[in-house]
Amino acid sequence: MSKKLRVATTSLAGCFGCHMSFLDIDERLLTLLDLVEFDRSPINDIKHCGPCDIGIIEGGVCNAENVHVLHEFRKNCKILIAIGACAINGGLPAQRNHLDLGSCLTEVYLTEPGLAHGHIPNDPELPLPLDKVHPLHEVVKIDYFIPGCPPSGDAIWKFLTDLIAGKTPELGHGLIKYD
Amino acid sequence: MSDTFQLDGAAVPFEPGQTVMQAALAAGHYIPHLCYHPEFKPHGSCKLCTIKVNGRTTASCTMPAEAGLSVESDIEELNALRRTLVQMLFAEGNHFCPSCEKSGNCVLQALGYDLEVHATGFRHLYPDRPIDASHPDILLDFNRCVLCELCVRASSEVDGKNVFALAGRGITKHLIVNSESGLLKDTDIALTDKAMEVCPVGVILKKRVGFSQPIGERRYDQRPISAQALDDAPRQTGTGGSCAACEDPS
Ligand code: SF4
Ligand code: SF4
Ligand code: FES
Repeated sequence: MSKKLRVATTSLAGCFGCHMSFLDIDERLLTLLDLVEFDRSPINDIKHCGPCDIGIIEGGVCNAENVHVLHEFRKNCKILIAIGACAINGGLPAQRNHLDLGSCLTEVYLTEPGLAHGHIPNDPELPLPLDKVHPLHEVVKIDYFIPGCPPSGDAIWKFLTDLIAGKTPELGHGLIKYD
Repeated sequence: MSDTFQLDGAAVPFEPGQTVMQAALAAGHYIPHLCYHPEFKPHGSCKLCTIKVNGRTTASCTMPAEAGLSVESDIEELNALRRTLVQMLFAEGNHFCPSCEKSGNCVLQALGYDLEVHATGFRHLYPDRPIDASHPDILLDFNRCVLCELCVRASSEVDGKNVFALAGRGITKHLIVNSESGLLKDTDIALTDKAMEVCPVGVILKKRVGFSQPIGERRYDQRPISAQALDDAPRQTGTGGSCAACEDPS
């Protein structure tokens, strides 16, 4: 049997919904595990990504740490896949993009009723937010996109099995979804 | 016996005065389109319907049918261009489908599905376009406007009103409301207006009915737009009346 493909996954500015949907492939996960092994992923808690065949990234880029993780994935993965609405167009987090970041933080932490004596978090542990939320393809080259919020387990399965079989992944009616 | 032209190798009959689009749809051949609507004069702006006629590209919704034309439509070269147009429309506005009431019933989204558009690929503009919620029964979300002018045409041609207009040019072109305040509440728009039915995307929305249809039962959950557009097409020239595209999903 040929060597297993090495796959890494992560969530940046996402809600882990795409990862949950990935788990919705249910018992097909066992079939997948015959073909692939996991590198960095929330599934195994490996913290850094080594050389991989496929990287799958959920969520857009909203802070400095997201940029570093995305570059780590791009450097290590032969094929990088953006999964879900947020990775593809910024999604819900990007709905702040037409607003000034400073005024967002002021409103949330200082002027909203009940938060009048709050302060804008500035712990050095916290990654700095970016001025705008970016889809992944605005930061690094992305090879494939699986749309959906989240894409269904069936869509993810179809996409990955096409890709692993060496075919251009196609979703088709019923599996391609932007919502 | 009517004349015919060739569309992707098939003979398509047409009546005098029909466009290539009208004749093709009436004969059961789908050509992707966004600003064309069977009940209105063609607008020719979105270019989704671009075909090649005798080797030259043109909009099929405005091109008069002529005997002997050799038309290509469903070819990879044109479908790639159509994908790019859809992608640019997505990048130009703010299209967050998961939180859009029109999702599942949206023509732009359905075109993206049918053309296998997986991502926008362009740098998103994220424009700042405040919504107009001034009217008690109607919400305007300008973030999703594709400038097809169908609401403008419906309001003036069918409703005999003049509620909407397009203003500006190029990238600054945008939909405006024709009232002194610029707000919808100060117009004579009514829920029963044709202008309420025609928007292909999620701009002109009835309040308090959003998300009432479960996912799986919305229009384009059922069948792709390429199949449904043929249902909407008038089968003979001159038949007016309703079309499924204008049916209220609620
Ligand atoms: S108008 Fe259509 S494409 Fe735009 S957000 Fe709504 S469903 Fe999506
Ligand atoms: S509001 Fe809707 S119908 Fe009017 S121009 Fe915009 S997209 Fe077209
Ligand atoms: S449908 Fe012909 S240009 Fe829009």
